[in-house]
Amino acid sequence: MSGDGAMIEGRAHRLEDHVNTDLIIPATYLVASDPAELGEHLLEGHDPEFKSRVRPGDIIVAGENFGTGSSREHAPLAIKGAGIACVIASSFARIFFRNAINVGLPILESPDAVKVTGEGDRIRVDLAAGTIENLTTGDTFTVPAYPEFMRRIVDEGGLIKYVMSKDS
Amino acid sequence: MSQSRRILAEHAGRDNVEPGEFIEIPVDLVLANDVTAPLAIKEFERLGSGGLFDPEKVVMVLDHFTPNRDIASAEQCALIRRFAGEYGLKHFYDGGEVGIEHVLLPEEGLIRPGSVVIGADSHTCTYGALGAFATGVGSTDVAAAMSSGMIWLKVPEAILVEVTGSLGRYVGGKDIILYLIGQLGVDGATYRSLEFTGDGLEDLGVEGRLTVANMVIEAGAKNGIFPVDDKTVRYLAEVGVEAREAEVEPDETGYAGRIEIDLGELPPQVALPPLPSNSVPVGEAPREKLDQVVIGSCTNGRIEDLRLAAEVLAGRKAAPGVRLVIIPGSPRVYRESMTEGLFDVFLDAGAIISPPTCGPCLGGHMGVLAAGEKALSTTNRNFVGRMGHRESEVYLCNPAVAAASAVTGRITDPGELT
Repeated sequence: MSGDGAMIEGRAHRLEDHVNTDLIIPATYLVASDPAELGEHLLEGHDPEFKSRVRPGDIIVAGENFGTGSSREHAPLAIKGAGIACVIASSFARIFFRNAINVGLPILESPDAVKVTGEGDRIRVDLAAGTIENLTTGDTFTVPAYPEFMRRIVDEGGLIKYVMSKDS
Repeated sequence: MSQSRRILAEHAGRDNVEPGEFIEIPVDLVLANDVTAPLAIKEFERLGSGGLFDPEKVVMVLDHFTPNRDIASAEQCALIRRFAGEYGLKHFYDGGEVGIEHVLLPEEGLIRPGSVVIGADSHTCTYGALGAFATGVGSTDVAAAMSSGMIWLKVPEAILVEVTGSLGRYVGGKDIILYLIGQLGVDGATYRSLEFTGDGLEDLGVEGRLTVANMVIEAGAKNGIFPVDDKTVRYLAEVGVEAREAEVEPDETGYAGRIEIDLGELPPQVALPPLPSNSVPVGEAPREKLDQVVIGSCTNGRIEDLRLAAEVLAGRKAAPGVRLVIIPGSPRVYRESMTEGLFDVFLDAGAIISPPTCGPCLGGHMGVLAAGEKALSTTNRNFVGRMGHRESEVYLCNPAVAAASAVTGRITDPGELT
């Protein structure tokens, strides 16, 4: 949801409900903070082969309560670091939602898009317009805009830049 | 107005805030640990705004991978140590001062009723037990708050949890919260506040409330909060915090939900893998053979927890093949356990006594599981791979059930021990 209106197109990696932060990045790897290093272990707790199937620009499409569990910001960083361009889920856990916004990982909530999407479907996301197209099924979905407050943070490119812009 | 809303409105400097509204408010305490602080420090320094908003209101505790398990975790702690020195952090806990953060901070008198506490640790919600509005956030939130002293939040709707009746033997805060998460599901309270009320609270001490509030995040809640009553005031007085009892007003906007729990009807609970919401009465849990039992953590590492475990373990031994790991949650709990003779009971039972650390709870160290192993633990999460290998399993319970099960080697109701 960066302000540059980026278009994202990639293959869907379909995940179930309640994918927690321990599955996204197991705690034993929380001694690093570099996104690429964390990304090497993306979803290792869920499927040790997952990372080897990810190509840059791919999209995670998950069910309810994605990112539940710990407050580790390493989770959205690992997703970004592995080259995932965007996460679409039926719903997000609260702290994960904050963290994704704060580190500039685009996340979209759309239970309808999740419902029709299968593993490997081609997905196109227009962040500026707030649309999700499933090119495999031909369905298009619109996503409600973020609240004004949050959009300002996202438009600035994350919370740190937002705070810096307010100070200047 | 609900208790959480009242605190948020006061901090916003207004008479009222509406559920769903976004507000930016000052924080009274900002917390990070050795896992989340390095990222927060990195972002804070990128901000380049100079000093901390208040060196007395930023707390860092090196509790997750300490005493350090490897070079990488030692480097993380070294970085935080340098930062703490450079910025004059007043509340920095290192070496022998380390306790598990959510056991330590209340003991240190750092938590005040009516305050707003944010922490880069999801179990920051623990402090709601003392009438604070406390919630977990990420490292970047902490970085921004360390600089500005502010946080943005969405005002939560409240779910009212009415607790009635009296607790049975070997039933405590852990059983209340596991049962509640079972009722709500792991996302049943997402974005919401769980507000506890009812005459049953008279039977639940502050330590039990800390256990309950600790795990509200496992139902997705933003925070959990208890009224400030005579028990709270007495507890706080002992740790040097002055507080007054406060009447809780009902929320005039209504509640998003209402749940009643009759303590008299509540048996000890066990949460089956791989979710804390899979709670069943202990009698219905499978009698799996256990490889490890852990008693400790920010959920159940307080002195009352260890006294209860010792009561069950007295004169008994852990079953052959069961590694019993006991982790006092803070230096104070450690010393009390020692002087009260609990360590003798634990050592006679064949237990391993660990220094205060989060360690095994998150599969960090001090009791990591191999493939195929099963653990019963008083910790807070039983996700796939949480305590080690992804083919290991974790069951959650209270300290009495953990102690009894260590003795038999299988999940056991402490009431059944002869």
